[in-house]
Amino acid sequence: MAEGSFADATLRVFRGDKEGGAPADYQVPLVPGMVVLDALHWVQSHQAPDLAVRWNCKAGKCGSCSAEVNGRPRLTCKTRMDALPLNEPITIFPMKAFPVIKDLVTDVSWNFRVNQKIPPFQPRPDTVWKMDQRDVDRVQEFRKCIECFLCQDVCHVLRDHGKQEQFGGPRFFVRTASLEMHPLDGASRARLLKEELGIGLCNITKCCTEVCPEDIHITDNAIIPLKERVVDEFYDPLLMLVRKIRGAKKV
Amino acid sequence: MHEHDVLIIGAGGAGLRAAIEALAQGVRVGVVCKSLLGKAHTVMAEGGIAAAMANVDQSDDWRTHFRDTMRGGKFLNNWRMAQLHAQEAPERVRELEQWGALFDRTENGDILQRAFGGHTFKRLCHVGDRTGLEMIRTLQDRGVHLGIDVYMECTITRLLKDGDRIAGAFGYWREQGRFVVFKAKSVIICTGGIGKAWKITSNSWEYTGDGMALAYDAGADLMDMEFVQFHPTGMVWPPGVQGILVTEAVRGEGGVLRNKDGERFMERYDPKKLELSTRDVVARSIYTEVREGRGTEHGGAFLDISHKPAEYVKRKLPSMYHQFLELADVDITKGPMEVGPTCHYMMGGIRVDAETAQTSIPGLFAAGEAAVGLHGANRLGGNSLSDLLVFGRRAGLAAAEHAKRSEMPAIDSSQIEEAAQQMLAPFERPDGDSPYAIHDDLQGVMQSLVGIFRDEEDLRQALSKLDELRARAARVRVEGSRLFNPGWHLAWDLHSMLTVAEAVTRSALKRRESRGAHSRIDYPGLDDAWGKKHNVVVKKAGAMTLVETPVLEMPDDLKQLLAEDSGAK
Repeated sequence: MAEGSFADATLRVFRGDKEGGAPADYQVPLVPGMVVLDALHWVQSHQAPDLAVRWNCKAGKCGSCSAEVNGRPRLTCKTRMDALPLNEPITIFPMKAFPVIKDLVTDVSWNFRVNQKIPPFQPRPDTVWKMDQRDVDRVQEFRKCIECFLCQDVCHVLRDHGKQEQFGGPRFFVRTASLEMHPLDGASRARLLKEELGIGLCNITKCCTEVCPEDIHITDNAIIPLKERVVDEFYDPLLMLVRKIRGAKKV
Repeated sequence: MHEHDVLIIGAGGAGLRAAIEALAQGVRVGVVCKSLLGKAHTVMAEGGIAAAMANVDQSDDWRTHFRDTMRGGKFLNNWRMAQLHAQEAPERVRELEQWGALFDRTENGDILQRAFGGHTFKRLCHVGDRTGLEMIRTLQDRGVHLGIDVYMECTITRLLKDGDRIAGAFGYWREQGRFVVFKAKSVIICTGGIGKAWKITSNSWEYTGDGMALAYDAGADLMDMEFVQFHPTGMVWPPGVQGILVTEAVRGEGGVLRNKDGERFMERYDPKKLELSTRDVVARSIYTEVREGRGTEHGGAFLDISHKPAEYVKRKLPSMYHQFLELADVDITKGPMEVGPTCHYMMGGIRVDAETAQTSIPGLFAAGEAAVGLHGANRLGGNSLSDLLVFGRRAGLAAAEHAKRSEMPAIDSSQIEEAAQQMLAPFERPDGDSPYAIHDDLQGVMQSLVGIFRDEEDLRQALSKLDELRARAARVRVEGSRLFNPGWHLAWDLHSMLTVAEAVTRSALKRRESRGAHSRIDYPGLDDAWGKKHNVVVKKAGAMTLVETPVLEMPDDLKQLLAEDSGAK
């Protein structure tokens, strides 16, 4: 890493609101180890005090500072300036899948509404609170999620097809997986996955897995096993027969 | 205008736990937070929750936890809070598990506990090095499904009163910049700490001391404001990441501190506990090594965990592994980290009753880092997450009970108009300083003059500089519109930061001794007289005034407990 570099970088940042906007260029002096969020802060304090950026921890733990850097969804606090080509402007745009509020800040409230649909953890009756680390490991992967919503941003079902009403998105498959695979959970969320979260719309292109800053194997470890559960629950001929008989008995 | 029985300001661990408890009492609960839900500072807590569950060390019990907490706090703690905390923490952790939290496990399938500085036994229930994330996600989902109304990205700038009692709060929506009034019978402040007044800090932008300033402006007492914790291990290189936390769990898992000569210097400062000494001692030791010329290239110490198997390090400290690899080009399974002290936690805060968390203002409560009492002069690692749960719950319960026996207060419009005018003034000034420049200078003053080591001259100089900064902040100018305008947001946060910075500096000047996190070069030893009293900061006729109050007398059975040996093997 170069010590005390005096070079500048050019940031090309979207400025605007829901009515529209355009990118504006800012020159930023480079500092060793600088991340894109540092550069945005420099712009705020020296050139554009009202530049809207959402951020909290600047340590990759809260998932607030998501944006599209050179066209790729990223956490700006974990994107090093020295990892980007500096001979051309670095473009920084808000997440495309969500409505712009101002500059880099988008309206992500839809995600919170989806989350509310998911039934919470329900311990099985007479639960003994003992768990094996191996069973816990599998679920802890999903619980690493910092809700940066980059997976939602990149998912073409939301980003290109705008199916927010029919589809929950990768984040909420990860969340549902964390509940479904919890060693002590007793609820079933298969109907929710099929009917409300529209898991069938996902055609496993793995774009979500690629952008996850926590390296969660969203597609392989969460979505595919959940799809299998839905198939088992709704399309397994043997189970359908059992259900029919059980249903008949109840009547 | 929104109306609630209980209004909670802040949606970190304390605020959410308070909300869950208040809701369970059958009252209407609203939670206001400056960020999106789930982004509060609790999310950054790494090492664990301290609770004497005795899953790993069977000799542990609340008495030992109580004793460790009091000793770590140099006996300035509120003994009753320390007792309640030690007694109730295990149940609060079990509750989290029953709400879906997934902790690391022992061989027997119980919650695993790890060693931490100042704790006699292995006591910290943890999830790798992301315990805070697990805690906030669990509380957030529990709260949302129980039916809490959450007002996200909303900043409170003033508490409203009806005579002497609390009546609600005034604030603005960060998104659109419109104003909002909340009417409530009880208000709980759970706004966390003040680290953003320092340059090198592990704290997020939210930590601007809002709750303490709100309470102080409304007439409540602040106490022990001189006790600011500098965490021994923050990142020091590269410059962009300076201050980012390196969890104490690195040392808990066996990490060793060395100076540039390769010496394990903690052998000189605390030969018994070494790296797992209390945070005040380790932070001062690193600082001293650097000051005496034995620091690393970038002014820190080496922290090394690479003697442990690489797979173990990646499993127990995953975010540290990634943090150093991605931000500093260091593979911690192969070589040492460079670390140095970073402003981390506020022991001082709003003075509250131990049992109910109520302040001196009827209907106003406070819990978590914003409140004072549990930690005394120095907090032990792991005691903050348990603090949030124990006293968050107690505050929620007491606030709900208070609301049930109270009528809805009245709010006169003059308070609201005044609060609105105060917020709009920075737009109307034709010239004045940028809020960013004032903030930068404030951080410089606190970093260089009110840091780990203090003396009379520095503190006096800091007070006069704070006067100048306050004058500049009164003329701060904001550009742009009210639509999501960070410059405008910061302009108000400056008021909070300057208020707490002054309270810290005045209290530090007054306490002429060194105790816990407060180190005076000119008064290096403990002073028994100061061990019996607290500094209380209160607003009198518009001016910041300090008064002394005695440390609460402990009952004999607890005194006996403290006199006993630690029980450590």
